[in-house]
Amino acid sequence: MTVRVQAARFDPGAELAAFGQGRADIGAIVTFTGIVRDRDGGGLHRMEIEHYPGMTESAIAAIEAEAVDRWALRDSLIIHRYGPLALGEAIMMVATAAPHRGDAFAAAEFLMDYLKSRAPFWKREVTADGADWVAAKDTDEAALTRW
Amino acid sequence: MIDVLYFAWVRERIGLPKERIETGAATVADLVAELRLREERYEAAFADLTALRVAVDQQLTGFDAPLAGAREVAFFPPMTGG
Repeated sequence: MTVRVQAARFDPGAELAAFGQGRADIGAIVTFTGIVRDRDGGGLHRMEIEHYPGMTESAIAAIEAEAVDRWALRDSLIIHRYGPLALGEAIMMVATAAPHRGDAFAAAEFLMDYLKSRAPFWKREVTADGADWVAAKDTDEAALTRW
Repeated sequence: MIDVLYFAWVRERIGLPKERIETGAATVADLVAELRLREERYEAAFADLTALRVAVDQQLTGFDAPLAGAREVAFFPPMTGG
């Protein structure tokens, strides 16, 4: 189980290649990578992510612990960046490893839903006109009720 | 004394990321009421509590949470990670 909160870029492919290596009890790996996407209509210069050092790590650890409790996870990886991010760069990545795919898929979706609205990160989109904080969506909060 | 932290647009409206406050507030809501009386910028930041979230000692909680023994309170908008 690994959690990394970092400003530096990372390579999702290299992370996946190293994840779950050397284990005989893993039959399924699911990964999700979040990417900086342009605004509808374009114009994004960059994204900036603020976070709450200390709480970020403990909130993610608590989310991960719940996933471990609920599904047959053999390993998990959560990487989330903060600071300035360029268009097309990876923002974050989740990987889950389980004996079977059902647990790996479900745990990955659970982790994503909770990271979106329970881990203290705030996204801001920077354009030529200034910077706008990204508003949380009601659907993000509603997504938690299914768990 | 309690450390009060602000993030994202709450930080921008109040104009600082962190301050140490001498308060006898029993709950988060009492602290918010005290802050709102201070200056216009606090009133602007705390005008709509439904748009805000709060953590006490780095645990997400509600505005009715007690502050007895708390070292740190943070105010921020709903989180947008992932």
